[in-house]
Amino acid sequence: MVDVAAVDETFKRLQSHKGVLGIIVINADGIAVRTTFDNDLTVQYAALVSHFTVKARSAVKKLDGENDLRFLRIRSKKHEIMIAPEFEKSHEYYLVVVQDPSQGTL
Amino acid sequence: MPPIGTGKKGAKTTKKKPAEQTQPQDYVPPPPPMPGDEAFAMPIREIVKPDNQLRLNETELGEEVAKMLTANNPAAPKNIVRFNMKDKVFKLEPMVEQTVVHYATDGWLLHKSSDEAKRQMDMEKMEQEASARFQADIDRASHEHKEHGDVEPPDDSRQLRNQFNFSERAAQTLNYPLRERETFTEPPPTATVSGTCTQWEIYDEYIKDLERQRLEEGAKSKGTKKQQAAHGGATTKANEHIPTLQSPVLMHSLGTLDRMVNQNMYEEVAMDFKYWDDASDAFRPGEGSLLPLWKFVSEKAKRRQVTSICWNPLYDDMFAVGYGSYEFLKQASGLINIYSLKNPSHPEYTLHTESGVMSVHFHPEYANLLAVGCYDGTVLVYDVRLKKDEPIYQASVRTGKHNDPVWQVYWQVDEAQKTLQFVSISSDGNVNLWTLTKSELIPECLMKLRVVKAGEPTEEDPMATGPAGGCCMDFCKMPGQESIYMVGTEEGAIHRCSKAYSSQYLSTYVSHQLAVYAVHWNHIHPNMFLSSSADWTIKLWDVHDSKAPVMNFDLNDSIGDVAWAPYSATVFAAVTDDGRVHVFDLAQNKLLPLCSQKIVKKAKLTKLVFNPKHPIVLVGDDKGAVTSLKLSPNLRITSKPEKGQKFEDLETAKLDAVVEIARKSDADLAKH
Repeated sequence: MVDVAAVDETFKRLQSHKGVLGIIVINADGIAVRTTFDNDLTVQYAALVSHFTVKARSAVKKLDGENDLRFLRIRSKKHEIMIAPEFEKSHEYYLVVVQDPSQGTL
Repeated sequence: MPPIGTGKKGAKTTKKKPAEQTQPQDYVPPPPPMPGDEAFAMPIREIVKPDNQLRLNETELGEEVAKMLTANNPAAPKNIVRFNMKDKVFKLEPMVEQTVVHYATDGWLLHKSSDEAKRQMDMEKMEQEASARFQADIDRASHEHKEHGDVEPPDDSRQLRNQFNFSERAAQTLNYPLRERETFTEPPPTATVSGTCTQWEIYDEYIKDLERQRLEEGAKSKGTKKQQAAHGGATTKANEHIPTLQSPVLMHSLGTLDRMVNQNMYEEVAMDFKYWDDASDAFRPGEGSLLPLWKFVSEKAKRRQVTSICWNPLYDDMFAVGYGSYEFLKQASGLINIYSLKNPSHPEYTLHTESGVMSVHFHPEYANLLAVGCYDGTVLVYDVRLKKDEPIYQASVRTGKHNDPVWQVYWQVDEAQKTLQFVSISSDGNVNLWTLTKSELIPECLMKLRVVKAGEPTEEDPMATGPAGGCCMDFCKMPGQESIYMVGTEEGAIHRCSKAYSSQYLSTYVSHQLAVYAVHWNHIHPNMFLSSSADWTIKLWDVHDSKAPVMNFDLNDSIGDVAWAPYSATVFAAVTDDGRVHVFDLAQNKLLPLCSQKIVKKAKLTKLVFNPKHPIVLVGDDKGAVTSLKLSPNLRITSKPEKGQKFEDLETAKLDAVVEIARKSDADLAKH
């Protein structure tokens, strides 16, 4: 059982990376439990991302029943949305990070 | 003329006292009512005289007056005078109309024989005939209806129903203009619920159900209360998990996303690491370059010097960096960061030690065990998997730690033995073999290093002046020779020793004037080894030839570290205090390095390691930063064995050839 302090610290570190616009943690009901964006944007992201991830997972599983979705990366013109889903029923969540890759350090 | 009124005279109007009214003589009072007869009693008549009635006395009352009725109209005038035009004189009319008409109406009786009457009688006749005919029709129809059933009703369109009272009346009502009004109620709150049902979901559910059934069966078969309690405990734990969504598995995802973000940030670097090869090397034979990739820095390590780097044998992207201090006066606590190439901005694990770390080494088989040697002479063993900041084993004064800094630790891999062991070497002259038992480290002294007089070939002289300080060591990796190891000392001598013999050196190589800081066996060639020293030189030795090194390289600056490349027997690299990395390939150029590149601006480079799999080297400096560099193709020339040939043989042959040439040239020089 990892302690909350380590999670918090990782969160802060992740957000301090160059180009990271924000992080959202969405639970199974599609509600954002932790976010660094403002409210409207968070709600939008939560709704859209959860549907999309479910769809992606469905696609993967249909092709091979024992397969499952691990990560999802959507690269758009302006930035990249990275989604790490967890489908275990007891702790289902989606972790979403939005980054602008053109602001890299090198 | 007095009006015709009562027959009495009326002239006197004398006032009489209304004192008493005398009753007239003719007054006959009505019979008094019988008791009980009030309802039928005649009304009592009273004669009331008005006050101003003329009172006549008896005689006057009895006087008879004669009346005459005439046909004269009393209201008609008697003396009407009219102007007579003929006579031109007013004349009295003799006769005046006396008739007074009280009432006059017009009658509606007609004479029978008048026209009007006749016409009326004709009309009446016609009407009677028509109605008679109609009646006859109706009778006939009803008669027929009774007999035949269906019959046409008589035509009565010409019969006027009611020609007098019938009138058609139409009226247009006012049409109100229509107006429409709507209101919208607030829609009830809705929530969208969606789900998918596919074959795999059904499959998943079946599997889960199977699991549950199996668990239940297991619980039933054991049937103890304890089992149930444990199960209940497990379920409550699972329930507890859900509110603490923030902690458990999230950490893993966060780590992964951290790496993804880093990959995006350092995208070009990652691409370079994988795919980039300096194309200009094709045009520059005999020259190579080093491409800087990531730089691993961490806040805590900034004030410390990198004293040791070690790659993890299992994960070829993971490496441990030990931080400490080489300076005697500036000793602080030590730090170990374990990095992964996938996340250059943050170490995967961080371990703290009390005193500066001088050496780290991963166990070749159990890649989670990390042996650490510290400046205060203690040795520690960490289990990286535990993620705790505590060592699982620690040597203390009681258990026989070294008295001087431990310069190097090295795991021993021995299939025969069941216990884990590692060797440590320290400046106090002891080479200790540490065994990991269940509870503690047990040291065993392998060798006590003694100073050897320079020039004397024999080493068994116990009159040597005290213990020598060991600075570095390397075990032979050749199969069958694993008990043989090299030790470099502070005095400049290098000794070849064996674990079996604890008092004697097998051979000694003396050539360096100052302390030997690094000694390394060649990975491929069984007989060659390198040594680097504080006297600014690197020497290449043949094991059997202890008199002089085969080759000598002077780098014009204090050398921090030297290392052989794992892919070639002739390539090695060295780092110097001026921030340069030198890469040599003896097969190509025996005198000069192929590449001599400045990596850091103001720092001294302290350590260098090659990655066994990827073409990169890690270089540590004294500012606490570790830089990764990619070797250009010219530096990576390795022999490609064809069928029947062995890679090692080819390489060995290469190095042998080089050595021979070197020896020949030395001999030539000696001759002259």
